[in-house]
Amino acid sequence: MTINELQNYKHMKITLNNRQEELKYIDSITVQQLIDKMNFTFKFLVTKVNGELVKKEERNLVFVQEGDDVAIIHLISGG
Amino acid sequence: MTFEEIKKRLSRKVVGIAGAGGLGSNCAVALARVGTGKLIIADFDVVSESNLNRQYFFYRQIGQKKVVALKENILAINPAIEVEAYDVKLGSDSIIKYFAGCDVIVEAFDRADMKQMIMEAVIGELPDKTLVTGIGLAGTGDSNSIRVRKEGNLYICGDEVSEVSEDDPPLAPRVGIVANMQANTVLEILLDKDNDNQ
Repeated sequence: MTINELQNYKHMKITLNNRQEELKYIDSITVQQLIDKMNFTFKFLVTKVNGELVKKEERNLVFVQEGDDVAIIHLISGG
Repeated sequence: MTFEEIKKRLSRKVVGIAGAGGLGSNCAVALARVGTGKLIIADFDVVSESNLNRQYFFYRQIGQKKVVALKENILAINPAIEVEAYDVKLGSDSIIKYFAGCDVIVEAFDRADMKQMIMEAVIGELPDKTLVTGIGLAGTGDSNSIRVRKEGNLYICGDEVSEVSEDDPPLAPRVGIVANMQANTVLEILLDKDNDNQ
């Protein structure tokens, strides 16, 4: 990648768990890739994009877009 | 609002409680004490001696179905409460079946996979329904880490980090804090919704 290409490369700004995140040099990412990238290692997660549930089996199919509001909630045992 | 006014408003409300262990039994009792009209409670388990370090049951109830014992305890505190008790292991479909008519649903499971299941079922199938979950309550001390966080129609009560393990057991004080925080969140929602309607 040339300097020029790098400078023109898109970054993606999203809201993740109510915090602003800028994903460098990424213009397309699935929910599952975002989980991996942000190091959510808990086994049980619930994911939402713009308030809509993304079921666990859909995480490889749903893309996060610029400006999206993403929630990744991790579940731990105890009750 | 006076207690009489609060009771009057709550008397028309229905709260679903998914699980009758540490979170569910304590949350149900708190809601019953303040006069919540109807509680729908579902659990498949039986009271055991190891439950008594945190769950709202008595030694003499060991061996009884939890929903039967809990209904008995609720009515012993407040006979005016209507209790629907279901001895059933909940799944995505039965959650919708039992709790679709509730004003608010309380998640009170112990296992993380069950918490995921009810959250996906309610957010996916009943997106307008409010769900109050309990996440992170193991061990002792560190009360200030326990709080409530809102994520759309989902309220998360707990510290969100302390997982139950051999060295971090669930015990009455912290489980009780989270269970009562769930009950308090339910009251906030029920009394606030009424304000909006009037």
